[in-house]
Amino acid sequence: MRSEQRAIGAVPRWIAVGLVLAFAAQFAVHLSFAPSRTAAADLPPAPAAGALRAASFGEPEAVARLAMLWLQAFDSSAENRLPYRELDYDRLIGWLGAIQRTDPKSAYPLFAASRIYAEVPDAEKARAAIEFVYREYLEAPRERWPALAHAALLAKHRLGNLALALRYARALRAIADEPGIPLWAAQMEAFVLEDMNELEAAKVMLGGLLAAGRISDPAERRFLEARIAELENRMRAEKQGVLRRDSSSR
Amino acid sequence: MHGALAIARFALLEARRSPLPWLAGAALAAALALAAFVSQVAIAEGTKVQASVTAALLRAAAVFLVATHVVASIAREANDRVLDFVLASALSRPAWYLGKLAGFAVAGAILAVAFAAPLLLWAAPGAVAAWALSLALECMLVGAAALFFATALAQPAAALGATAGLYLLGRSIGAIQAIASGPIAPQGVGGRAAEWAVEALALLLPRLDAVSRSAWLLYDPPSAAEFGAAGAVLVAYTALLAAAGLFDLARRSL
Repeated sequence: MRSEQRAIGAVPRWIAVGLVLAFAAQFAVHLSFAPSRTAAADLPPAPAAGALRAASFGEPEAVARLAMLWLQAFDSSAENRLPYRELDYDRLIGWLGAIQRTDPKSAYPLFAASRIYAEVPDAEKARAAIEFVYREYLEAPRERWPALAHAALLAKHRLGNLALALRYARALRAIADEPGIPLWAAQMEAFVLEDMNELEAAKVMLGGLLAAGRISDPAERRFLEARIAELENRMRAEKQGVLRRDSSSR
Repeated sequence: MHGALAIARFALLEARRSPLPWLAGAALAAALALAAFVSQVAIAEGTKVQASVTAALLRAAAVFLVATHVVASIAREANDRVLDFVLASALSRPAWYLGKLAGFAVAGAILAVAFAAPLLLWAAPGAVAAWALSLALECMLVGAAALFFATALAQPAAALGATAGLYLLGRSIGAIQAIASGPIAPQGVGGRAAEWAVEALALLLPRLDAVSRSAWLLYDPPSAAEFGAAGAVLVAYTALLAAAGLFDLARRSL
């Protein structure tokens, strides 16, 4: 291969200079663009699930997961104080539904819906996300119950809507006799009614999911443990705030 | 028979000495780098994300490498008048054609095994073995398609385009059929004519969406019936392409 090449000195100087300039121009053009970030307003309307399947060229599992990675980048930048605040939830839920139908066995869309998009400080958006989880649960209860169990806790603790939490808990009764369903999930109504704070409930749930072998994926485990730590910090901060208020009022 | 085996051996030797092994290594490195990247950004199903994305990328890379290698090899032989020289000896046209096909098929099978190996990091050995065998047969089919188009069409670009078109249609025809017959498809004569046209097209295509599926790696390995059906799709269509290629070559005046 090397014997077919002439020495670099054989290249005319103007061509070498042209190559260096072309590289410089490319770098300049690239750097003139702002770093590419996906803003909330950039989220396009969701395609039909059939179109997404057709575009996957026979790889619906890979396309569904890549679409989830792409979707979760919208409006989640660290600069945004309230992530997903600007996101159009109608479009978002359209996308989650299309992705779920592209690979019905994937747990990613419901995990994201219940653990990310439902945990926003906007009751209307959170409600839309957990209602989506509920609708999708009804399609395949045996596989999708963990997302609905979490939705029931969110309905109680974040939305303060006990009736909604109980509706989801009752829906979970449908799978109570299925093998592999932990007792706390089968008796979700009692679990919801129990006088537990959000942190205690989340810890019981994570322990239950781990014991039931529902979380074997390291990424999922890392994410859930980080969420519990976050919740712990938040509750500690809230508690300290209350104590400070009490002492200053005295 | 001996002549065909000699041609197969030379086709394999050519593949080994070509840039194919280097390109395969680069594809493997790129797939593993992509897997490492997606594992950092996935918040759920990290293992499944890695397995599905890597498998999809390696499957596409294997098929692309086999198709380009076959088209380039046949184009080089045509330019060097090698086929004329070989056929001037005692070797028959079918022996040359089938020997080439066998050589490309073995090269594709080696590529499939090499590309399946990293998937053992994320999927069960049985599922990976089924996926690898299916990919080997898929590479054989693509090799047969590329050989057919490269010998039938004079231009390498046309041969590569035809192979890619056939392959992509084969992979999407299932979804196209579902859309054409779905509830949102237009009703009436026009809608029905479109549905029939799609059904007729599907008759001529292999159902490549049913083979080498990532779902085998992610969920359950294929049942014997499912794997048998996938194998039948690939073997039957390879036989069809080989027969069409032999027919075309037999009619050609060289």
